[in-house]
Amino acid sequence: MSKRLFVLISVLVAASMLLAACGGGGGGGGATLKIVSSLPMTGASLTQTQTIVNAEQLRLEQANYSACGGKYKIAYEAWDDASAALGKWDPAVETENANKAAADKSIIAYLGTFNSGAAKLSIPILNQAGPLVMVSPANTYAGLTKDQSHGAEADEPGKYYPSGVRNYARVVTADDVQGAVDANFMSSKLGVKTVYILDDQELYGKGVADVFEATAKKIGMTVLGHEGIDPKAADYKALMTKISTSNAGGPPDAIFVGMVVDNNASQLLKDKVAIMGDNTKVKYMGPDGIQTQAFIDGAGKDVAEGVYASVAGLAPENYTDAGKKFLADYEAKYGKLTEPYAIYGYEAMNVTLAAIESVCASGGDPTDRAAVTKAVFATKDFNGVLGTWSFDANGDTTLTDMTVYQVKNGAYSAVGTFK
Amino acid sequence: MSAKAKSILRGIVVAAVVLYIAFLLGPIAGFDVPAIAASIQADPKQLIQFLIIGISNGAIIAIIALGYTMVYGIIELINFAHGDVYMIGVFTSLTVLSLTGTLNTNDPVKIILGLALALVVSIASCAMLNATIERLAYRRLRNAPRLAPLISAIGMSFIIENLGLIWASQSWLVPSFGTTGGASQKFFPDLLGTIFTVNGWKVNLFEYFGIPLRFTIKDLLVIVLAVILMVGLYLFVQRTRLGKAMRATAQNRDAAKMLGIDIDRVISATFLIGGGLAGAAGLMAGLYNNTAWWFMGFRAGLESFTAAVLGGIGNITGAMLGGFLIGLLASFSDGYLNARWTHAWVFATLVLVLLFRPSGLLGEQVGQKA
Repeated sequence: MSKRLFVLISVLVAASMLLAACGGGGGGGGATLKIVSSLPMTGASLTQTQTIVNAEQLRLEQANYSACGGKYKIAYEAWDDASAALGKWDPAVETENANKAAADKSIIAYLGTFNSGAAKLSIPILNQAGPLVMVSPANTYAGLTKDQSHGAEADEPGKYYPSGVRNYARVVTADDVQGAVDANFMSSKLGVKTVYILDDQELYGKGVADVFEATAKKIGMTVLGHEGIDPKAADYKALMTKISTSNAGGPPDAIFVGMVVDNNASQLLKDKVAIMGDNTKVKYMGPDGIQTQAFIDGAGKDVAEGVYASVAGLAPENYTDAGKKFLADYEAKYGKLTEPYAIYGYEAMNVTLAAIESVCASGGDPTDRAAVTKAVFATKDFNGVLGTWSFDANGDTTLTDMTVYQVKNGAYSAVGTFK
Repeated sequence: MSAKAKSILRGIVVAAVVLYIAFLLGPIAGFDVPAIAASIQADPKQLIQFLIIGISNGAIIAIIALGYTMVYGIIELINFAHGDVYMIGVFTSLTVLSLTGTLNTNDPVKIILGLALALVVSIASCAMLNATIERLAYRRLRNAPRLAPLISAIGMSFIIENLGLIWASQSWLVPSFGTTGGASQKFFPDLLGTIFTVNGWKVNLFEYFGIPLRFTIKDLLVIVLAVILMVGLYLFVQRTRLGKAMRATAQNRDAAKMLGIDIDRVISATFLIGGGLAGAAGLMAGLYNNTAWWFMGFRAGLESFTAAVLGGIGNITGAMLGGFLIGLLASFSDGYLNARWTHAWVFATLVLVLLFRPSGLLGEQVGQKA
């Protein structure tokens, strides 16, 4: 490249960056409030995250993309925090998203993330940017908001909030509840005495598996082993062979897997069934990360038959009236809903819009990130699609219902709701 | 002290240090000798079971590794897109099986015919794809600095991965892809198992002999097919005229040209054969692991490339050896060490081997550069 051409291009690039910066800054002073979501949209989780984005857009359409009686326009962008190189959420992309959001002053809420490991990276960045409020529709790792007494690490959750102010809330029940409910369900409803635990070595997967293990031991189940798996391996036949003789020469009563579908969850199940037979003899259970149609399609209908998975909240047939209306509106627009997280996406947007309205109602400025954050945390007795609930001081929902699903004829159907 | 004694002494010291580290840090990664010994003693037949699993997995890795090593031997390029060509092989087979109705039938004859057709189509299309990649992305860069074709290989890899991503969402082509989009893993039906269960045969062949181990028809097919392909390739390279031309081109491209060998044709043929092997491996892996996934080529490529380096890059026998070694290593690590560390053990072994034998176990076979 000639020198002159290089100079010309450099000038052009610099100029366009300057313009872009002005454009962003200009939005902050005026009538547009921007809300972004950051979810993995390249990889198997797309099956779940697309429904979340759909639901968030549905809520905005109902609000006509405006707030405070039309004083402010709401703009929405769905960001992807996954990369094709990893095929799932990518730490580099999530960090970049958080930095981008921190820098764009027109953004007043960050609806994400999907993976707890991603939230761990973006919470501290956004915490020092206003703080900018995060409302997650899907993170369940306890340590993001709760302390050691709920199964978190010693320095959690303080290390995520360097400014000392909380800015992260979630509309979904955390894993200290989920792991415990799963263990109790296995023991009392399935009569499981011995269990082998596997996880995908991520913050979420290992977190929920650890809570499960602790509860299982407490209620008298025998934990034969707890191992992390290599989430990209071609197969797990050797591992499953080892597990098949881990219970004094025989297979365990059940296997619990703490993982998301992107981390080879379908392959793991296939090899389990190949070595130890179908899921009636050796039971197979996982958390919400595998409660998606993508998991069943990947494993094959017959292989997945009988697998259990738990998700926070009520089963669709038991939704509140507001929840049922959401479901009807959603299916009218986007077709049949098979995924459990859409309603949480809707609720996350719902509670964020309510917070913006309450800032306006009290005469505040909704472009002020700190004011919006405060309003989100002040949510009390909120009448949403999930029921009537509040955020506690940690930013956790007061709802603790967990529903256990089982694969029947190639689709998840609810078995029961537990606390 | 003579130079030879010195080098032996140095070898002993390095080996002692390595062993010390392995025993000191090994238990963290599951290398706990007493525990391993205890579990072998408790169930010695499991050792053979892990051997079977390792060999079956190793056979697939070995077949893919051949493609890497052939290409490297002849033009000294790591064809990063090779793993993804294998992934396309899986999708091609699955699509052929779906279009011919093989996925919905229980008739053994139809299944076998469908599989045979899938094998032929998969080999042919992957061979063509690999040769096309060479024509489009590598040929023009043959005399460019070595980094250039390497980068274009990575680019081709991304392009093919995204092709797989699009392919996996075409449920009109293969209804079993479902409606969950191209990103998720797809199910590759267990057709061999179907043939056996329909006829009332036992899927686990060892049950006929009363051996309490698992050796399924899938393991048998994978191993037999792999051996046939490897022996065929070896004979082809050693005995045929084109094989001889390939070896000549690998040894010295310019001299081969001077002797009247059509270099472009020979290189194209190498890519065709490598791609065809990847296509065959695609069908084998689909039947063995029952998964089709747009991202599966990445890991398979990494492991196969490691196998090729382990055995000595450019060396066809070495690639086979490396493939089986990695399969066995992974299987034993999953079984006796700790599944979390399997990947680390594989690469630690590679590092160790390269420390003592920098050109791989059987030695490199690449061109002599002036």
